[in-house]
Amino acid sequence: MTVMAKTGQEIIAAESVTKTFSTPDGRALPVLDGVSFTLSEGEIVALLGKSGSGKSTLLRCVAGLIAPTSGTVTYRGTPLTGANPGVSMVFQTFALLPWLTVQQNVELGLEARGVPEAERSDRALNAIDTIGLDGFESAYPKELSGGMRQRVGFARAIVTEPDALLMDEPFSALDVLTAENLRNELVKLWEGHGAPVKSILIVTHNIEEAVLLADRVLVLSSNPGRIRAELPVELSRPRDRHDPRFEALVDTIYGILTGREQAATDALKADEAAQAVPGQPVRPMPTPINTPLPSVSPGGLSGLLEILAARGGRDGLAEIADDLSFEIDDLLPLTDAAVMLLLARIDGSDIEITADGKEFAAADILTSKQLFATHAATRAPLVRTITQALAATADHTLRIGFFIDILRRGFSLSEAQSQLDTAIDWGRYGELYDYDSDDQELTLEPGAEKYL
Amino acid sequence: MVVVAALLALLFGLLRLAPALNAPFLPKTAPSEVSTDPVNLPYYAIRSLLRMFIALILSVLFTFVYATAAARLRRAEKVLIPVLDILQSVPVLGFLSVTVTAFIALFPGSELGLECAAIFAIFTAMAWNMTFAFYHSLVTQPRDLDEAARILRLTRWERFWRLDVPSGMIPLVWNGMMSFGGAWFFLAASESISVLNHTYALPGLGSYAEAAITQGNLAKVGFAIIAEVILVLGVNFLLWRPVTAWAERFRVEESESSEKPRSLVLDVLRRSDVPELLGRPLKPVGRVLDRATRPFGVAEHPLTVSRTRERTGDVFFAGVIAVLVIYGAWEALGYVRATTGLGEFGYAFALGAATFARVIFLTAVATVVWVPIGVWIGMDPRVTRFAQPIVQVLAGFPANFVFPFITVIFLAWHIPLDFGAVLLMALGAQWYILFNVIAGASAIPSDLREAMTNLRVKGWLRWKKFILPSVFAPYVTGGITAAGGAWNASIVAEVVAYGNHRLTAVGLGAYITHATATGAFPKVLVGIVVMSIYVVVTNRLLWRRLYALAERRYSL
Repeated sequence: MTVMAKTGQEIIAAESVTKTFSTPDGRALPVLDGVSFTLSEGEIVALLGKSGSGKSTLLRCVAGLIAPTSGTVTYRGTPLTGANPGVSMVFQTFALLPWLTVQQNVELGLEARGVPEAERSDRALNAIDTIGLDGFESAYPKELSGGMRQRVGFARAIVTEPDALLMDEPFSALDVLTAENLRNELVKLWEGHGAPVKSILIVTHNIEEAVLLADRVLVLSSNPGRIRAELPVELSRPRDRHDPRFEALVDTIYGILTGREQAATDALKADEAAQAVPGQPVRPMPTPINTPLPSVSPGGLSGLLEILAARGGRDGLAEIADDLSFEIDDLLPLTDAAVMLLLARIDGSDIEITADGKEFAAADILTSKQLFATHAATRAPLVRTITQALAATADHTLRIGFFIDILRRGFSLSEAQSQLDTAIDWGRYGELYDYDSDDQELTLEPGAEKYL
Repeated sequence: MVVVAALLALLFGLLRLAPALNAPFLPKTAPSEVSTDPVNLPYYAIRSLLRMFIALILSVLFTFVYATAAARLRRAEKVLIPVLDILQSVPVLGFLSVTVTAFIALFPGSELGLECAAIFAIFTAMAWNMTFAFYHSLVTQPRDLDEAARILRLTRWERFWRLDVPSGMIPLVWNGMMSFGGAWFFLAASESISVLNHTYALPGLGSYAEAAITQGNLAKVGFAIIAEVILVLGVNFLLWRPVTAWAERFRVEESESSEKPRSLVLDVLRRSDVPELLGRPLKPVGRVLDRATRPFGVAEHPLTVSRTRERTGDVFFAGVIAVLVIYGAWEALGYVRATTGLGEFGYAFALGAATFARVIFLTAVATVVWVPIGVWIGMDPRVTRFAQPIVQVLAGFPANFVFPFITVIFLAWHIPLDFGAVLLMALGAQWYILFNVIAGASAIPSDLREAMTNLRVKGWLRWKKFILPSVFAPYVTGGITAAGGAWNASIVAEVVAYGNHRLTAVGLGAYITHATATGAFPKVLVGIVVMSIYVVVTNRLLWRRLYALAERRYSL
C-alpha cells in the first residue's frame, strides 16, 4: 500500500500486521491479513470497516494491548513489547471507573506516571476545562449523560499529552445529536490546536464520520481484514456534509464497501459475472463458509424492502442511511441479505429492488413467508445446507453440533454460533425447519423439501 | 478420581503437620469449662466478637493474596482453584482436632494455641466463599476497564487498589456478610472442644453455652441465646448494613438496582466529620505506599512469550504437581492401612449413607415447607420488608445454641436421635433455602406478574408456569448451601449431650466426632475424606447440573 505524503514525523508504523485466532482443531482463522500503515504527526487517520474487518483488533495491536501473530508495530522506531507508551485511548464504552469522580478519573493516568499532586490537579483541571467539563469535577460518571461521560474519556486521554490519540468508535454509543456535537468539538480542538495530541487514529464504521474527521481514510475489507483502499480527504475543516465533493467521497466509499458482495451475487449468475467483474476469475460456488449469512432478521429485511419500494425502487445507500440515522453496521448487513436473496441489487452506491423483492415487499404475511422460504432455501448457502441435510436424514432431525462442526472449518466458535443463530431464525421464519433448544436439535418442517 | 487423590493428599499433608499423637506439651493450665455466671457474659461476648473479626480480617487478606495469584498467574490458577474447590467441600468441624493439636504445638503450653485454633476454624468457615467471589470478579473484569488500566500504565499496586478491589467490592462484601453469619456456628463449636480425651474451653459465648448445656441449665442457655441475638443484630446494624450500602458506589452496571440497600448508620457517618478525620492521617500513608510500590513495576505482561519455554515450564510444573499428589495419596493410604486398615473406608461409606439419607430428607422437607413461604414473603413487598431482616438473623444465628431445648424434648418423648438429628441439622441449614427464595421471589419483574394476572393465570397453573420457574435459580443456590451446611452440621448434630444425658445417632458425623474426641487421627482422616467425597459427588452430579439448567433456561 502506498503511503501518502507525510505531514510530519512518523509516530506509529504497522508493518504487515497479521492476526489469526486458532480453532480447536489447530486451523488458523485470519482476522487481519498483512495490514501496513503509518500514523504521522499532524494527521487524523480513520480506519473504516464493517464488522468482521478486524478494525478494533488492529487498533489494539497498535495500542500494544494484544500482540500481532506476525508483523510488527513500532512506536517511534521501537517495536512494542507491551502497552504502547506514547498513546492514550478513548473507548466506545467510555471505560471510566465508576467509583472515582470526574477529576480523579482524569488524574489517574498522571498518578500512574508519578506526577506530583499539585501539578496533577492543575493539569487535570486544565484538561477538564478544555473539554468543556468545568463544574462537573466532583461528579461521579454515573451522574452524567453519555455525552458528558465521553468528554471525561477525552479529558482522561489528552491530559497525559500523548503522541497519538487512539479512538475506538468513540461516538457510536451516543445518540445522533450528541455524537454530532462532540465530533464538531473535536474538530474545533484539533484545528485550534487546543488538544495536546500530535495525531489521532480513529476506528469507525460510520462513513460520514470518517470523511468528516480524517485526513486519510483507510477502508478495510472483511473476513479477513485487509486495506482495501486509502483515500485522502483534501477538504478544509470544518467540512460541509452537503459539499458535492463530500457526498462524492461518501458514495465512493459505499461503492468500495459493497463491492465484494456485488461480486458474490454476480457469481451466482455466472453469465453476468463475466460482465460485472471483467478480468476476475469466476468465484467458486457459494458455500456456508465462503458466503456467511448477514446477521439480520427477516423482519428487518422486509422493512428495508418496503422502504425501498416506497421510494420508487431505487435510492442511494448514503441517503437511506442518512434518513434512517443508520450506520453502516446497521444498513450494510440488511443490504447484503437483500442482495444474497436476489431481492435487491447494488449498482455503484445505489441499491435497486428486484422484481422478486417487489413481490416480497407487497405480499401478505403468509405469502411473504413462503417467498422468503423459497429464496432462503435456494440462495442462502447455510439455510440451503441445513434444509438439504435434514431432508436427507431418515427422521429429518439433526443435532446442531453437526452444523457447528461444519462451520468451525471457517469460523471461530462464537461466529459459527452466530451464523447458526441467524440460520435458525431464517429457517423458523420461512417454516423450513424448527429448533428445539432443550435437545439442541433441528427438525425439518413437514413439506419444506418442496422449497429446495 | 483426581479430585479424590488430591483430597487425600491434601488432608494427609495437613495431618502430618500436626505433631505426634500423645503430645506431651498439651496445656495443663487451660480450663475445661468456663464460669457460667451471667455477669461474665459481656466479657465473653467481646472475646467471641474479637475472634470473629480477627478471622474476618485474615479472610480478607487471604482472599486478596490467593484470589489475585489465581487470577493473574496462569499456572498457579490450575492448582489453586481446584484446591479451593476441595477446601470448600471439606467439613471444617471435622478437622478441628487436627488444627488444635497443630496450633498447640506451635505455642507449647500456652492458651494462645487454642485461641489460634478457634480463629483458624472460623477463618476456614469464612475464607473460601469470599476468595471464590473475588477470584470470579477478577476474571470477569470488564475488558474495557482492563484495557484502560493498561493504557494508563497503572502500577501493580495502583491497579489493585484502583481497579481490582473496587470492582470486586460488591461480591466481596456480600459474601463476607453471608460467611460472617455462617461462621457464628463454627465459633460456638470451636471455643469448646474435646480432643484426645481432654476438653478445652476458651472464654467466649460458645463455651458459656456449652458449659450451661453440660450443667443442664436451660435458663443460662437462654441468656447465651439473648446475648448472641444482640451480637448478631448489633453487628448487622453497625457493620454490615452500612458496608453494603457503602459498597453500592462500586457498582459497575449503568442501571441502578431497584432496591438500594440503605443504612441509618452510614447516613449519620456521612454527615459527620468522621470520614475526614480518619482520612487525613491515612492520605500520606497511601502516598508513601504508592511511591514505595513503584519499583514493582507497571501492571503489564509481556505481549509475546517464547512458546517452547512456556511449554517446558508447563510440563515441569504439571509433573511436580502430579508427583506431589500421587506421593501424598499413596502415603495417606499407607498410613490408614497401617493403622485402622483400608476396610475402614467401607465402614465410613456405609455410615455416610445414613447421614446422606438425612441430608436428602432434610433438603426435600425444607423445600416443600420453605419454598411456598419464601414466595409468599418475597412477592409481597410489605411482608418482605418486615420478614427479610428476621430471616437474615435466623440464618446467621448459630443453631447449636438451640440444640439443648430440642434435646430436652427428644429425651422427654423418647425420640431416637437417628431421626431427631434431621431436625437439628435442619435448624441451621434450612434458612439458606428460605433466604434465597425470598430474594428470588422479590426480584420477579412486576410487569411479568401483571401480565400473568391479566391473563388470569391462577392457582396451580400460576405456580407451575410462572412462580416456580422464576425462583428456580435462587432456589438451587440456596439448596447447594443448605445441603453443604447440613453435612457440616451433622458433625455436631449426630452426637448431642444435655446434662448427664448423651444421645448418639448412627452416621458419619457421629463417627467423626467420636474419632476426634478419642484422638483417633486415622479415623478422622477417613471420615473427612469420605464426607468430602459425598459432598463433591452430589455437587457434581446433582447441584451443578441443576445450576446449569437454571442458568440456561430459568434465569430472569
